[in-house]
Amino acid sequence: MPDAFEPKIVAFFCNWCTYLGADLAGASRLKYAPNARVVRVMCSGRVDPQFVLNAFARGADGVLIGGCHPGDCHYQEGNYKALRRFRLLQRLAEQMGIEPERLRLEWISAAEGDRVRTVINDMVEKLKALGPRRVGQGPDRPVKDLAEVS
Amino acid sequence: MSERDGLRIGVYVCHCGTNIAGTVDVRAVAESAAALPGVAVSRDYKYMCSDPGQDLIRQDIQKFGLNRIVVAACSPHLHEHTFRTATRTGGLNEFYFQMVNIREQDSWVHEHKGAATRKAIDLVRAAARRVARHRALEKSRTPIHPAVLVVGGGIAGIHAALTLANAGKHVYLVEREPSIGGHMAKFDKTFPTLDCAACILTPKMSAVKNHPNITLWTYSEVTAVEGYIGNYKATIARRPRYIDEDLCAGCLECIDACVFRQAKVPDEFNEDLSRRKPIYVPFPQAVPLVPVIDPEACIEFHSHKCKKTCVTACGERHAVNLRAEEKLERIDIGSIVLATGFRAYDARRSANYGYGVYPNVYTALEVERLINASGPTAGEVVLRDGRTPQTVGIVHCVGSRDENTNRWCSRVCCMYSLKLAHLVKERTGAEVFNFYIDMRTPGKGFEEFYQKLLSERVHFVRGRVAEVTDWALDSSEEGRLVIRVEDTLAGLFRRIPVDMVILSTGLEPQPDAGDVRRLFNISSSPEGFFLERHPKLAPVNTFTEGVLLAGCCQGPKDIPDTVAQAGAAAAEALALIDAGSVETDPNTAYVMEEACSGCKTCVPLCPYHAISFAQAARKAEINQALCKGCGTCVAACPSSSIGQNLFEDDEIFEESEGLLAYA
Amino acid sequence: MKPKVAFYWCASCGGCEEAVVDLDEDILKVVAAVDIVFWPVALDFKEKDVGAMPQGGIDICFINGAVRTTEQQRMALLLRAKAKVVVAFGACAQLGGIPALANLTTAAEILQEVNHTEQAEGLPRLFDSVFPLDRIIPVEYYIPGCPPTPRIILAAIEALLAGQAPSLSDHALCDECPRKDTRPPDLLLPQLHRIPHYALDPETCILAQGVPCLGPATRAGCEARCIGGNMPCTGCFGPTSRVRDFGAKALSALASVVAATEEKEIDTVFENLPDPAGTFYRYSLPVGRGLPPAAARRGRPTTTGEPYGNHT
Repeated sequence: MPDAFEPKIVAFFCNWCTYLGADLAGASRLKYAPNARVVRVMCSGRVDPQFVLNAFARGADGVLIGGCHPGDCHYQEGNYKALRRFRLLQRLAEQMGIEPERLRLEWISAAEGDRVRTVINDMVEKLKALGPRRVGQGPDRPVKDLAEVS
Repeated sequence: MSERDGLRIGVYVCHCGTNIAGTVDVRAVAESAAALPGVAVSRDYKYMCSDPGQDLIRQDIQKFGLNRIVVAACSPHLHEHTFRTATRTGGLNEFYFQMVNIREQDSWVHEHKGAATRKAIDLVRAAARRVARHRALEKSRTPIHPAVLVVGGGIAGIHAALTLANAGKHVYLVEREPSIGGHMAKFDKTFPTLDCAACILTPKMSAVKNHPNITLWTYSEVTAVEGYIGNYKATIARRPRYIDEDLCAGCLECIDACVFRQAKVPDEFNEDLSRRKPIYVPFPQAVPLVPVIDPEACIEFHSHKCKKTCVTACGERHAVNLRAEEKLERIDIGSIVLATGFRAYDARRSANYGYGVYPNVYTALEVERLINASGPTAGEVVLRDGRTPQTVGIVHCVGSRDENTNRWCSRVCCMYSLKLAHLVKERTGAEVFNFYIDMRTPGKGFEEFYQKLLSERVHFVRGRVAEVTDWALDSSEEGRLVIRVEDTLAGLFRRIPVDMVILSTGLEPQPDAGDVRRLFNISSSPEGFFLERHPKLAPVNTFTEGVLLAGCCQGPKDIPDTVAQAGAAAAEALALIDAGSVETDPNTAYVMEEACSGCKTCVPLCPYHAISFAQAARKAEINQALCKGCGTCVAACPSSSIGQNLFEDDEIFEESEGLLAYA
Repeated sequence: MKPKVAFYWCASCGGCEEAVVDLDEDILKVVAAVDIVFWPVALDFKEKDVGAMPQGGIDICFINGAVRTTEQQRMALLLRAKAKVVVAFGACAQLGGIPALANLTTAAEILQEVNHTEQAEGLPRLFDSVFPLDRIIPVEYYIPGCPPTPRIILAAIEALLAGQAPSLSDHALCDECPRKDTRPPDLLLPQLHRIPHYALDPETCILAQGVPCLGPATRAGCEARCIGGNMPCTGCFGPTSRVRDFGAKALSALASVVAATEEKEIDTVFENLPDPAGTFYRYSLPVGRGLPPAAARRGRPTTTGEPYGNHT
């Protein structure tokens, strides 16, 4: 029997809200799915769309961006910039065959350890339902053909 | 590629006792790391943050010629500094270090050992790839402006301000109300010693007023804060009180002279139990003792037809100025102490207790005023109809420990309820019932005080009160309030008729705590109290450097704890000031000048106006002193001509690719 | 002895060949300086003629167009075997170009949609994906552009004939844009406009007028010719060397200067950007973002050419 599909999620969390929220989830000993791997950035505004598409190209099944709630950004408005990029990136990703469930932006404050848990659990559940990203779908599609030409 | 010549990484996997090792196979993580490109040594160790753990890093740097360090342990928010220091004292630049969080974000949140171990392995691999790209950086030093802003003039703010001022530092104390004193000024006695609140508070209030190092701005609010640790700039709006503080002598003749012969405006300080005039001082010991005119109530502000007897009464002093306007003060400070306090739970929200419906249901704060000699009844405990209550019921935990309202324990209600029970019994001789869920007396002298109350024959009924009602079932209940409760010790339902009900309301965050939090760029816990940097090790610090917390804005606490915390906040501010400067992470963004095309995409993105367009070079320029290192401009730069120290593109690419690189 | 030069085209529109001819009288200088040994568009050569050449029989081979069929792949491998230096000529060879937008779908879907047929027996087969040249063979140098401008072609040929690497600007286009100074430093866009529906002012920064212009993300060197024609830059010169993924960076820069803050307002602004992939990846869909993990490339060493390299 093949192993059950375990989606890989790369999460870009801002230092001041979501990363601390994830720390709080730990301090509170909340349990959630072990599928996400967090990359800490100072602000969700630092998340370059290059990072997101590159993560997909390298085999991520989902990318999660976590920032402070609107109005709460440690840097005043970095999260708004993240939101603008995300809205456009989401549409681009769809054209590339990346389903919207695979790319998420969530506002999670330093106090919302429980939200870290529910968001990650929910995302894992949705990605499991979607299954692995098909080869030939989205930005990593040339991989298959290269194998053919080799 | 990360396999650069001469790369020698040391990887250290911490057990944290069983905190990590209980869920993560630390040996397997260390072994997997040993096989990574560039890793020269990889170990697991019981407690990496201990002295021997740090020594291990220092010794290995020497022994194996390491040039990069990775520690997989707890959150970087906890020990990044510790291990950077170990890296530096071992002889390397401290930024040749990367921390991996395998405790808060791995072992503590996952149960399956295999999955948690795989996650740790991925995270360590990512860090090893990232650290290979690290560059040597220098921390920058920021000078600390020696003045401090204290926000809130309750006992917390007063104590912090005096401590700082006595140490020779200049303090700006800003209070929203017309007088400092806060909630404590409303109390008659304090538990458990029953010493007079005014007697211990008033001298401190006068000391604030007279201290040469304190600038006191009452009736004022902070409206803007910018800058960063050491160099904050704050704007304070001083509302017009229409009486010039510098000119007023405090004779209060203007109040007597007011055309309102009768006081008609509900008196906030007395919890609306009495009336005041449109021109008033909130209480006799107010600091400053300068009247204030309430423009909502004053005729002149509505009709412009008042005889202005107050102006006449002031005479030659000309202290009354009905045309006064809001004044903005702009100050430079190095640190900020937030002591904005709490608000009492609104008892109307617990409708089953009848507050606002039955006149003889009071809140604890109202009874504090009734008991107070300078209160509306000059210290007599009487009902609204003038009767002295024969039986009094005190309901604990109103708006505390309640799934429907606030879940937290407000910490002070048990003790102040005991105090009120004692004082009410003392003043009236009434029979007093306390209705409690648990009696919580963990403080010096607290349990003794409880025992004293027991011996005073105050009744204690264990059980959460179901309802306060005036629905009488028999003649003994007629015309009285009936407290319905399950007595969980006696194991029966009881109806206890009383003349007066006192609701021991809990402590809540201020209604505008969210705005204040945003203004000062700090976080709050879910219920809205301001969030401390660490619940145990940094209880007065916040995640925003240079912003400190004191008193109930951080969580419910009694006066001794508030004063202790205020002192701690003052000490933290003093430590900053006396150090003269603070080291800040060099995570600033910089323009690669030769690469920049001058497209100006980045210029409007910086919230701190750190980016400007240099006209001569026709390129963007980042002022390092203003940059706070969010990295938004870096992500936006369309030709990747902006870098960010500590968070370079290639560092983040390596890290995220490392996470996804499977053997 | 004159250097032996070959020209070949793969999946392209022919514009690159046209661009060579567009050198006008300068073409004569080139023709005089070299010995053209293979140029099927202009002269009668067959594949077997190339096959007969010795290894190194071609000094410089210019290949334009992306690779999308087995025939193009075979020719690329053959030319690589014979040529000392291979130059990827133009946006399609360098980045995949417009043909590579086919990567948003599959070969089968395209054949069905356009020709109502399947892959035919006996004809060269279409790959599912369109590749830039350097994904098939190692490439020494790149000449960007759709098509490359006469100036850049001539400069590159002169450099190559002198045995030097063609040099290119590594700034973004704004650096040489005549409208650079008309972009206000605090530009935030309340809305976006589409070219067909908007009368562009001929003097002002096009992006400042709310029309997406990819100049800020695109390598300079074209003398801002589209801007000169009052059209926005669409990015044919590809990114600067520091950027991995042209489309993602262009998207990030444009989204960053949108003024809206509410999700709905933001979406309304982007309604005038109906085709993000076609806008931001018009020339570079398979590049950067699509690079497979290094393992998949093993056994296929790629020379990192100047100026646009592979960043694995």
